[in-house]
Amino acid sequence: MLKDITIGQHYPTGSVIHKLDPRTKIIAVFVFILTLFLVENFMAYGFIAIFVICCIRIAKIPIKYIIKGLKPLTFIILFTLVINSFMIAGEIIISIGPLNITEEGLYQGTFMAVRLIMLVIGTSLLTLTTSPITLTDGIESLLNPFKKIGVPAHELAMMMTIALRFIPTLLEETDKIMKAQMARGADFESGSLIKRSKSLVPLLVPLFISAFRRADDLAMAMEARCYRGGEGRTRMKELKYFKRDFLAIAVVLSLFAVLYLM
Amino acid sequence: MKNLTHIYNEGSPHQTNALEDINIEIMSGEFIGLIGHTGSGKSTLIQHINGLLKPDKGKIIVDGMDITSKNVKLADIRKKVGLVFQYPEHQLFEETVYKDIAFGPKNLGLNSDEIDDRVKEAMNLVKLPFEILKERSPFELSGGQQRRVAIAGVLAMKPDILILDEPTAGLDPRGRDEIFEQIRLLHQKYKNTIILVSHSMEDIAKLTDRIIVMHEGKVLLTGETKAVFRESERLEAIGLGVPQITKLMGILADKNIPFARDILTVEDAKIEILKWLRGKKNA
Repeated sequence: MLKDITIGQHYPTGSVIHKLDPRTKIIAVFVFILTLFLVENFMAYGFIAIFVICCIRIAKIPIKYIIKGLKPLTFIILFTLVINSFMIAGEIIISIGPLNITEEGLYQGTFMAVRLIMLVIGTSLLTLTTSPITLTDGIESLLNPFKKIGVPAHELAMMMTIALRFIPTLLEETDKIMKAQMARGADFESGSLIKRSKSLVPLLVPLFISAFRRADDLAMAMEARCYRGGEGRTRMKELKYFKRDFLAIAVVLSLFAVLYLM
Repeated sequence: MKNLTHIYNEGSPHQTNALEDINIEIMSGEFIGLIGHTGSGKSTLIQHINGLLKPDKGKIIVDGMDITSKNVKLADIRKKVGLVFQYPEHQLFEETVYKDIAFGPKNLGLNSDEIDDRVKEAMNLVKLPFEILKERSPFELSGGQQRRVAIAGVLAMKPDILILDEPTAGLDPRGRDEIFEQIRLLHQKYKNTIILVSHSMEDIAKLTDRIIVMHEGKVLLTGETKAVFRESERLEAIGLGVPQITKLMGILADKNIPFARDILTVEDAKIEILKWLRGKKNA
């Protein structure tokens, strides 16, 4: 059940989008998010949707896979839609008891829901097409100029790399401990809320202990290999901009500039 | 416990290391060794016996109870089948050794007197001094002691079938011998069924009555310990081996010295060699 999580997963297909520099993609996503919040009409959203679909096609990621990633968010999206429809005053379409669905509310709700969906798809495109390591490399390199004002760019990137690397390990560990406790008769699935949260103790305590142990081991292993932070550290794969990166940035920027002015 | 039968049958398409068409029957009171190299499906198999994993096809019958059917209570299976995982000390969580061992029996819904007895007995079985350690935190103990606490936690549930997945991985030779000795005594005393997963052919040879050899999700060989180790070539072909002493005696037998090819322990080898030397003297 823990293996169903798809958010943040990398889906390698070797497409042009995959090959883009991570910095290009991060900037593009940033612009994308900004536009989503600045643009206020459905027409523009239509264009954005076409753009997103084009990106998905170019990246050769199956649409089904992306929709699967949206599933855990169904509740939030529906919730946004419903709350907005009920809460915004305006012309009443249907009333159920004391609750009124208004035209403005419905409009606003749909708008918000679409915005949310776009937001999720856009950002998940970033993680789907970029491996975690290049992604953190990109973040580090983008944060580099801010080092002067005291942003620990390398440390942040290293923390992210390690965190990402340990997600599968910890999931596996959780699964193992769960099974071990279930073999001793622990029950994680039934009972009241209080009982259930109590039953998590036998899972969480060993999990924390092992996480700390792993952190300790990792720190030791890194020191044994003379890790001394980012200063003067060289890379095996230097990030480099190619023509396609400038092209991509140009496309994204111009597209969203047009949408904004519309 | 009456005649215990596992009829086990599975064909699952979705995993590479899944089990395929496995049919095993294990008798009550047997001491079984389960060997196979990493990824051969041993762990998957033992998790099925305990009901942690459900087969896609096939049945598992424990003590006349079909544990794959839907209406069976998992608690009942776990009362019968105890499973000690690899590195079991990683599952410790309570503040005191006593509480941790009591976790299993408590989940079985026993009353506190019964739990008390069982904890004492289990600690006794793994040679942990009850009075000294019961109030200690399990995390202050040494690795070997932690492992024994974890094993005691399973023993306290008094399973009819005890499954141990590499119980001595990462222990020093002394700790290993102690644990195996305790398992052997346990088997002698309670006549329960034990399934031991191990990579050490020596230990398997010393302890078990019968061996199941797994390879790529299938049962490759099964039979009495001696008979299986006679098949040294087949075992080596899949990356396993035979105990070193068996190998040595086999090589000597190739050189026309009349040694049996199923010697499993150094002790037996000594007897066999002495027999041969005496025979030579007399001739």
